[in-house]
Amino acid sequence: MDLGALFGSYDNFLSFTIGGLVFGAIYALVALGYTMVYGVLQLINFAHSEVFMFGTFAVAWVFVALHGTSSAQWSLGRSIPILLVALVAAMCLSAVVALLLERIAYRPLIKKNAPKLIALISAIGASFALSEGMGLRDKFAQWFGLDHKLANYVSPGKARDVYSNPVSILPHHLFSIGGYSVTDVDLTIIVAAVLMMVVLDQLVLRTRFGRGIRAVAQDPESAALMGVNSTRVVQLTFLLGGLMAGAAATLYMVKIGTTKQDAGFTLGVKAFTAAVMGGIGNLRGALLGGLLLGVMESWGAAVFGDQWRDVTAFVLLVLILLVRPSGILGEALGKARA
Amino acid sequence: MTTPSLMVPPVRQSPLHKVGEWWDVRVDRYNAQPTYLKAIWAVLAMVFVYALPLLRLPIITTNQIDFGGVMFDCATFALVALGLNIVIGYAGLLDLGYIGFYATGAYVTGVLTSYHWQWPYFLSLPLAIIVTMITGVILGAPTLRVRGDYLAIVTLGFGEIIQKIANNVSWLGASAGIKNIAHPPSFGKQPNPPFEQGGAFAIPHLQWNGLVPSLDTTHETHVLVFGALDAIPYYWLILTVLILVIIGDRLVKASRVGRAWEATREDEDAAELMGVNTFKYKLMAFALGAAIGGLSGSLYASGQGGYINPQAFMLIYSMLYVAAVIVGGSGNRWGAILGGVIVAYLPDRFRQLGDYRYFIFGLALMVLSIWRPQGLLPPRRARRARAAEAQIDALEEGDVEVTDV
Repeated sequence: MDLGALFGSYDNFLSFTIGGLVFGAIYALVALGYTMVYGVLQLINFAHSEVFMFGTFAVAWVFVALHGTSSAQWSLGRSIPILLVALVAAMCLSAVVALLLERIAYRPLIKKNAPKLIALISAIGASFALSEGMGLRDKFAQWFGLDHKLANYVSPGKARDVYSNPVSILPHHLFSIGGYSVTDVDLTIIVAAVLMMVVLDQLVLRTRFGRGIRAVAQDPESAALMGVNSTRVVQLTFLLGGLMAGAAATLYMVKIGTTKQDAGFTLGVKAFTAAVMGGIGNLRGALLGGLLLGVMESWGAAVFGDQWRDVTAFVLLVLILLVRPSGILGEALGKARA
Repeated sequence: MTTPSLMVPPVRQSPLHKVGEWWDVRVDRYNAQPTYLKAIWAVLAMVFVYALPLLRLPIITTNQIDFGGVMFDCATFALVALGLNIVIGYAGLLDLGYIGFYATGAYVTGVLTSYHWQWPYFLSLPLAIIVTMITGVILGAPTLRVRGDYLAIVTLGFGEIIQKIANNVSWLGASAGIKNIAHPPSFGKQPNPPFEQGGAFAIPHLQWNGLVPSLDTTHETHVLVFGALDAIPYYWLILTVLILVIIGDRLVKASRVGRAWEATREDEDAAELMGVNTFKYKLMAFALGAAIGGLSGSLYASGQGGYINPQAFMLIYSMLYVAAVIVGGSGNRWGAILGGVIVAYLPDRFRQLGDYRYFIFGLALMVLSIWRPQGLLPPRRARRARAAEAQIDALEEGDVEVTDV
């Protein structure tokens, strides 16, 4: 244990905190998908991590299409046009995957009023199929004889390996807090994530669609009696979750730059942890949980060593659940102010 | 998990319903027989299952990898699923980190028999069970008070933590793992490879030419040698353990404890009002499940290879275990066993599919859960409830007359 690494200097402390906030913001955006689906359907949308993973590939493909395979060592400002296209593409692809997921893996079970656990198994199956399917993209392209035409997209023969894609954005010093230099990349990620969370929160709180979501989350039967189309609401929930996962995927690619077919798994588990930590079913809880988890695991990595990053996150979760058994904010989606 | 949802008869019958109904009829017919006939059938079935890796029946035998090893994996998965069935099926607690207990059992055996001490295997086995059971109590005591859905994520975290600890702590072999884990002692002559196979006697395997069997004297299983060459003795060992655990499972399920689990799962508040100390029984289920997980982990560690490393305990296996229990039929021990065997067997049998096999496996999981939400072999309780519900519906619709009740 090395407390000095974290608290030894003010600069170190700040750098770990801000580094944690960046990842926390991404966790928070992915956590939204888990928390909203849980709020409405009371089921763990295990395949949401793959929705995110598809988003990261959309970003990679947009960079290949618009820039080529060589690494674009650009500053953030120069890559903004491509990034915007990538953002739209990622949000669209993620949303489509999320909607398909709802249609194929969940709706038949919801219709049958099946036990929640079996929906979890269906989700696990979907998660396997989606991530393995992405790993097989070269084989699928080969079926149509397209694997060489699309070589830059499907990397024939090594699709299961790390997809080194050309997104590498050089962070630039923006301003300093203490001795820590805040870069434009860090700031963009945090601001963009928080902004999107606020927009979504307002959407759910103020619009007609949002009221429908909250009504179904509160009491599906009464909502149905009041004329809320619950299938439509569930679809909308998945759509919003998918859009947010796509946004998270874009921010993730800005920071990390590479992706792989199993990139979603660990991040998904973390995001779900964040959702539970903040109080599952609670949108603001997801933001708080995500940021807290990001910061805490960054501190944990600093104090105990990087290999204990994930362990810190889970120990923290257990401790929080022991003190507050329903998460920090612990308020369900339906119980939010009407 | 609430059962009322189970009672709603599905609108459309899927092909798998036919299979389920066929099985239900068999079970009823079997139960209607006199006891001595039931015993004979059970013994025959047992002999068949023991002999399966020797018979090497066509179609089911895996040609790409050692069939004995595949059978060993199937039996291990069945044992794990049986243990997890106590937690999920009987007590209704969603445990997503069961691999953590499995890993604990494996590592206790690894450390005791190879890495730090040189204990004989059967001395380490009880300790592995006890340590995992204590781990289960330590994890369960604070978290079982947490509401059901949160238990899932806490156990998921536990599974991840155990794997990270195994990967990072050099006292546990870190990422290189532990090798030369002690095997169970061999009976008969001690093997002295490559010249002396050891064992009391040898059983030849069968080989099939189309549908014509013949004896294959070049491949023999030496009874009872736990060496590195042949996985079949390990399969027999774990199968014996599995049968013992099934018997124990029957006894517990039929006892006061089993009824308390059922009451707690169906309605925790009502059970509490009836004087059932639900927390105590939930903890008991959790600890018992953990102990069986540790038992299977320990058996796995001392298996043919005698080698474990953290990659064998990835979190994804926990998901497979849960899938095995639920797809098989949560709450029915035979369902759980079937689920375990399916989940272990299919990817190995269809190894020729190469990279496609997990993709297809994922699709198969989805199809299975959508076509048969109650699991392949749901518990009798659920079947009876469904039948009663259908009858009530028919009465309400006025389709049938009430004759006598």
